[in-house]
Amino acid sequence: MAEQLYAYAVARIRSKELQLLGRSDVDQLLNCKSEKECLKLLAEKGWGKTGEESSEAMLKAEREKTWDLMKELVEDTSVFDMFLYTNDYHNLKAAVKQVYTDTKDMDIYITQGTIEIGMILDAVREHNFSALPEHMHSCAEEAYQVLLRTGDSQLCDVILDRAALEMMLVKCKESKVELLARYGELRVAAADINIAVRGNKTHKSKEFLERAMAGCSSLDKKKLSSAALESLEAIYQYLQFTDYSDAVEAIKESSSAFERWCDNRIMDLIRPQKSNPFTISPLAAYILARENEIKTVRILLSGKRNDIPDSAIRERMRDMYV
Amino acid sequence: MDKYGIVFALLGAALAALGAGAGSAKGVGLAGEAGSGVVTEDPSKFGKVLILQLLPGTQGIYGLLIAFITLTNIGVLGGSSDFGIAKGLLYFAACLPMAIVGYISAVAQAKASVASMGILAKRPDQFGKSMIFPAMVETYAILALLISVLAILGVSGLSI
Repeated sequence: MAEQLYAYAVARIRSKELQLLGRSDVDQLLNCKSEKECLKLLAEKGWGKTGEESSEAMLKAEREKTWDLMKELVEDTSVFDMFLYTNDYHNLKAAVKQVYTDTKDMDIYITQGTIEIGMILDAVREHNFSALPEHMHSCAEEAYQVLLRTGDSQLCDVILDRAALEMMLVKCKESKVELLARYGELRVAAADINIAVRGNKTHKSKEFLERAMAGCSSLDKKKLSSAALESLEAIYQYLQFTDYSDAVEAIKESSSAFERWCDNRIMDLIRPQKSNPFTISPLAAYILARENEIKTVRILLSGKRNDIPDSAIRERMRDMYV
Repeated sequence: MDKYGIVFALLGAALAALGAGAGSAKGVGLAGEAGSGVVTEDPSKFGKVLILQLLPGTQGIYGLLIAFITLTNIGVLGGSSDFGIAKGLLYFAACLPMAIVGYISAVAQAKASVASMGILAKRPDQFGKSMIFPAMVETYAILALLISVLAILGVSGLSI
């Protein structure tokens, strides 16, 4: 019983949640005059490793801390693979493009993933995708061939992004954890809506839209792509009859407002886990809360770095978990 | 057939100790797991965590008490054990509330204790309130204890 309840892990997470940034912390960061001042404040709150690193190094260190904690708390961290698949597919995308362009830049990879970067790079270089997990075989081959024959990097992205979303959704549903299943559904739906809106604005074909969209049960892919071919108004009308009717206002506002809506919706989804003392859900919620926190801080730091007015940065701030 | 009376009576005593004891062991273990999590992050909370961990342990003591009273009354610890199967079954029935409610309440109380440890981890100043929630479950263990004690004492006075 106790193994499945994660009583120890959740109790530790409860204590860790005290260190998460809240609304008042974000306001405090917004009041800082420069990026340097923000970094100093974050270092005082325990962010980073040395307290003197650059903003990207600090954010990377924070992400590593989250995953190190999860490795400590959960014997088999593969239960959280759904959060890492997008990184794996990003690395695959980067490797395919790197091999195609014959460059050696290693900064384009994300270190947190289920597969080692070297392994992905070797598989692409040697054109031996059987060395990768089975779910990557066909899409990696397809993306590789598309880039090699047509040089169309957007199509290559579309193939791998869709595969990443589909795999993430499968893993979320396989977990039999309601929170994760709903998270997977929301992520795929948000991506599909984004594709529909952007596809409409850039006049993409029906084939392209259907190829790019990953299927999910809360949205009808065919109806959404047909609406995207018609007009933005048709997309709004279709969404009014789905679970995502409140996304319409955000889409009308701007693409960054829609991204914020997606993140806030995830926070609304995970917030009840703050009072759940058992199961893996509070751990998953903590991972997502940390990701949201890191994303918020990244936006804030980048705004401060580029002297963007506080009001503009504030508009992009996400709701926090605590 | 009359000799089976003592068998049922002893079975009842064993069940009371077994059910309530197993529930407490499971409950204290679960609360201990959560307690370790809280203490890992903040060792200064050890004292308060220990109180919450021990709350599901009381059912085991109640089970022991019922088993002890039964053993005393049925003559296993000395005295006469000369009673029929009917009385033996009555002793058995008298032990059941503690055996069943003891197990269920210990596990339920442990879950409430674990949840309260979440309060302790986040708001240590609310420790008093956090203790109330698992303590409420104790009511039903005490009720079961009371009924089992009354029933055992009542059965021992019956001349059947």
